[in-house]
Amino acid sequence: MSLIACDKVSFSYEKQIVVNELSFSIEKGDYLCIIGENGTGKTTLVKGLLGLKKPSGGKITVGDSFQPTEIGYVPQQTVAQKDFPASVYEVVISGCLNQRGMRPGYSKENKERANSNMELLGISDLRKKCYRNLSGGQQQRVLLARSLCATTSLLLLDEPTTGLDPVATTEFYSMIDRLNKKHGITIVMVSHAIKEAIEHAGSILHLSHSSYFYGTVEAYRHSTFGKRFLGGMEDDHIN
Amino acid sequence: MITLIREMFSYPFMVRAMIVGTLVSVCASLLGVSLVLKRYSMIGDGLSHVGFGALALAVALNMAPLKVAIPVVIVAAFILLRVTENSKIQGDAAIALISTGALAVGVMLVSLTTGMNMDVYNYMFGSILAMSREDVVLSIMVSIIVLILYVIFYEKIFAVTFDETFAKATGINTNLYHMLLSILTALIIVLGMRMMGALLISSLIVFPAVTAMRICHTFKSVTITAVLVSIVSFIVGITTSYLYATPTGASIVIVDIILFILFQLYGLIIKKNV
Repeated sequence: MSLIACDKVSFSYEKQIVVNELSFSIEKGDYLCIIGENGTGKTTLVKGLLGLKKPSGGKITVGDSFQPTEIGYVPQQTVAQKDFPASVYEVVISGCLNQRGMRPGYSKENKERANSNMELLGISDLRKKCYRNLSGGQQQRVLLARSLCATTSLLLLDEPTTGLDPVATTEFYSMIDRLNKKHGITIVMVSHAIKEAIEHAGSILHLSHSSYFYGTVEAYRHSTFGKRFLGGMEDDHIN
Repeated sequence: MITLIREMFSYPFMVRAMIVGTLVSVCASLLGVSLVLKRYSMIGDGLSHVGFGALALAVALNMAPLKVAIPVVIVAAFILLRVTENSKIQGDAAIALISTGALAVGVMLVSLTTGMNMDVYNYMFGSILAMSREDVVLSIMVSIIVLILYVIFYEKIFAVTFDETFAKATGINTNLYHMLLSILTALIIVLGMRMMGALLISSLIVFPAVTAMRICHTFKSVTITAVLVSIVSFIVGITTSYLYATPTGASIVIVDIILFILFQLYGLIIKKNV
């Protein structure tokens, strides 16, 4: 069974339809990239998947034994966070809150999980460092570690490479690859970068104002959608 | 020194002011950390002006001040929160509208009824004499509630303050915590206003948090330092006020300013050495 299946899902703001009759599914172990220009409803769709916005039509089915609150969400960074006084550890362990309910504090398991995720992403030595003093790439790893505290199955990343320099971006993509291939974590990434998307992802969901494409990267390359957007870029690849 | 302390505590009004002031300062600084980080610093200022309007109304109607002020300020806090979330008016503009509006209504009420007497002056600038026995009981109760809620929800408050969208996505009811934050802020402002004055109460919220952030790098240390800063500035401030008969609110804020400058300098020095 799919982790998440969308069947003719539409979203609208005050009767203005943003996403129209979208059907796709996310299977365990998938690496799905959601691409599209501004204003085609990528962020809205993310909110829908997280259960923060109700669809105006269609149905989002969530697989058995999976809760929307178990999605490891990596949101875009906000301005307020840039000067937020918090240690790396404090940020990472806050991902465990979805397992705490109304209980105060964190359990020993939570703490171990936070530590092992920091280990996994290579930020253990930053543990006591202040979040605001880190580089963009390091901050992104911290947010990733926090999301891994919230989930063991699905990461949902919203434009994660915005503001990262090329080296940090490359590092970030290979880290995501590792999480997907080695640890079997399902990845759903919203991105502007089509080139990186087809390089790393397994399947593509391309939103545009009038229609959409959903399928594997291979099918995308040969679709009218893909041809239009990849255009000359594909030739560069071959050369 | 000891004689001074003994003398100060021999007056019942000083004992009351000490108890209420310390508790209110601690609570205000705790709430302040979240409010400052969420860019809501001016909410305290806005609410205190609403509080002034409400007190003026109470005086005009000859009613108990706190009974009028508490509900009015809580309603205002709700409105400010709703407005900043949904409407087309920007949050800071909304606060300015509500705060100056309420201040104007208050001043009109005062001038039409009692005129600018000592009571009104005290509401604006604060007085340690203003605390009644009833205020003390109420302040202790509210402060204890604030402290307990803060400790229980500390991790959630951190998560909501740091990243609301993520908190929401992991299933935390962020609206509930916003509401809690604004109700508690409203209560603390009304309680602290009598002592600090409507014009200065928001300093209790903003100063300790900002001062602590000069040198602290974790949320926990900021919270603890902010509490300590608020206690020190309150005690030094109120003692100064007692010794030199200066207005309480202003004396406390002056100590806050001095601490802020010291922390800022210290922050710069450690940064250079690292």
